Amino acid sequence: MKILITIYGDDIAPRFDQTREALIAQADGGSLIAEPRIILLPGTSGEELCGHIIKENMSHVVCGGIEDVHFQYLAWKKIKVIDGVIGPYQEALDALLADRLQPWSVLPGAVHS
Amino acid sequence: MEMPDKQTTDTRGPAGYDTASLIDAVPHGVMLLDTRQRVITLNRFLEALIGYNRDEVTGVKGEYVIRGRLKGDGGSLNKILAARDHMAVEGDIISQSRKRTPVRFNVSPLKSLSGKIQGAILVLEDISLLKDLGDKVHGFSGKDRIIGHSLKMQEIFELIPIAARTDTTVLVTGETGTGKDLVAEAIHRASKRSLHPFIKVNCGALPESLLESELFGHVRGAFTGADKDKPGMFRLAHGGTIFLTEIGDLPLALQVKLLTVLDDKEFFPVGGSKKEKIDVRIIAATHRNLDERVRAGQFREDLYYRLNVLRIHIPPLRDRADDIRLLLDHFLGTFKKSLNKNIKGFSDETLRLLSSYPFPGNVRELRNIVEYTVNICPGGTILPEHLPGLAAAEPRAAAHFPAAMALHPGQQSTSGPAQSPVPEPGGWGEMERAMILEALANSGGNRTRAAESLGWSRSKLWRKIKQHQLE
Repeated sequence: MKILITIYGDDIAPRFDQTREALIAQADGGSLIAEPRIILLPGTSGEELCGHIIKENMSHVVCGGIEDVHFQYLAWKKIKVIDGVIGPYQEALDALLADRLQPWSVLPGAVHS
Repeated sequence: MEMPDKQTTDTRGPAGYDTASLIDAVPHGVMLLDTRQRVITLNRFLEALIGYNRDEVTGVKGEYVIRGRLKGDGGSLNKILAARDHMAVEGDIISQSRKRTPVRFNVSPLKSLSGKIQGAILVLEDISLLKDLGDKVHGFSGKDRIIGHSLKMQEIFELIPIAARTDTTVLVTGETGTGKDLVAEAIHRASKRSLHPFIKVNCGALPESLLESELFGHVRGAFTGADKDKPGMFRLAHGGTIFLTEIGDLPLALQVKLLTVLDDKEFFPVGGSKKEKIDVRIIAATHRNLDERVRAGQFREDLYYRLNVLRIHIPPLRDRADDIRLLLDHFLGTFKKSLNKNIKGFSDETLRLLSSYPFPGNVRELRNIVEYTVNICPGGTILPEHLPGLAAAEPRAAAHFPAAMALHPGQQSTSGPAQSPVPEPGGWGEMERAMILEALANSGGNRTRAAESLGWSRSKLWRKIKQHQLE
């Protein structure tokens, strides 16, 4: 499983097409097999990010809001997109590895009292 | 308004009234934020736009919930949410249907009686109708977007304001592609509910179990996978209009539930024990013959009579042939502008062929054919060879599509996804769009047959049509 999570500070980036940073992780059987790395993206563009996702052979993408044209394109390329997620990216990664991350989730770490 | 010091879901304002019901009355998206730009509450309109319940996003950073981008430098939304003066800035958001929606962000600080800033109020105006004036045939207000000079269409234009003046349930009938959606939306836009949501639900697109949840919502735990409460379309349409298309395909069990809503203005969400009251105007549409379905026991007679209070029947295009030329010119003007093509018009022979064509897919098929020809025609005059097969009534000319179009859309390229180039912005989209148009044109607007010819499921074709704004 090769995972890309769009990030903004410590959290999931609100928008796919405004992402400047992404976390890339590799996992097998619910566990990471290498240290995740963070990449900086040269610009903010949904098309460029899609290209990067394809080029890096991602199998899963976790993101905030994503336009349908990008969502459908990635789905067409058989990439599982879990969108509308709000909260800390580490929490999202843990939930994904435990196979309990759902689209449109508001993770507990996103809520502050 | 004194804001609570601590983040809570108790949003009572002074004089004892409930802040939530106050902001629910505003026909735009409204969000109240604390001094750290975190959500205190939001209104139903915004819930419908962004796809989150107010309860689940209380305490979350506002910019994460709104998913907004400012016009111009595309800067972060947070810089205006933290503003200490009123600001009105245009931009866009990603809605719950993954659509980039142009909006105007209006932000004002909220101050206590002593003048201390205690938070902010964000009012989100959906300005997509203003932005899409040039190329949006659907979703535009008023009869001006429904084209027709024939006597039969004049009768419909007279009925629309009559229907708009009341809250009576309306049944719009007509063959597929006749513009039932446009009539429904025109009624809503002309009514007193125009500032409230217009929610469309296709009753034939989802299996019964999903459709019930889609319409009436569900509570957490109602079924496997229901890990949170979800408002249904009836709740999201509160104050406005719900448009139920393909009502003839509504399963019998849900027909009973709909009858209850029509009679009592209330319903139980799936798995819920508490009734929800709603104030919604219902417009239904179908291409099916409901009389026959009642006789066949597939549609309830009592529901049929409840829906059939005010009926608007849109005639097929073949019964208003004098509108064909008007429609051809209208869509030619629209598409040559949006596709930036230098096209003078149709040749006489092309017009003869089109005028004698029966358009079984009605206006939608006519529109698709014009869009196809404008795409294919290199410039100048549209000739018969630019028409898709059925409309030309002769063997189609050699395809003008690039070689990549020969690939079935469900196939991966043989080089594998890792090496497939990402198309230039618009490149792959344009190819797919042209494929869909051709399939629709060849099937006479019949989406089932078009989906089969593309090797797609009907629901996939429906999503693609929405994606490419081909409705």
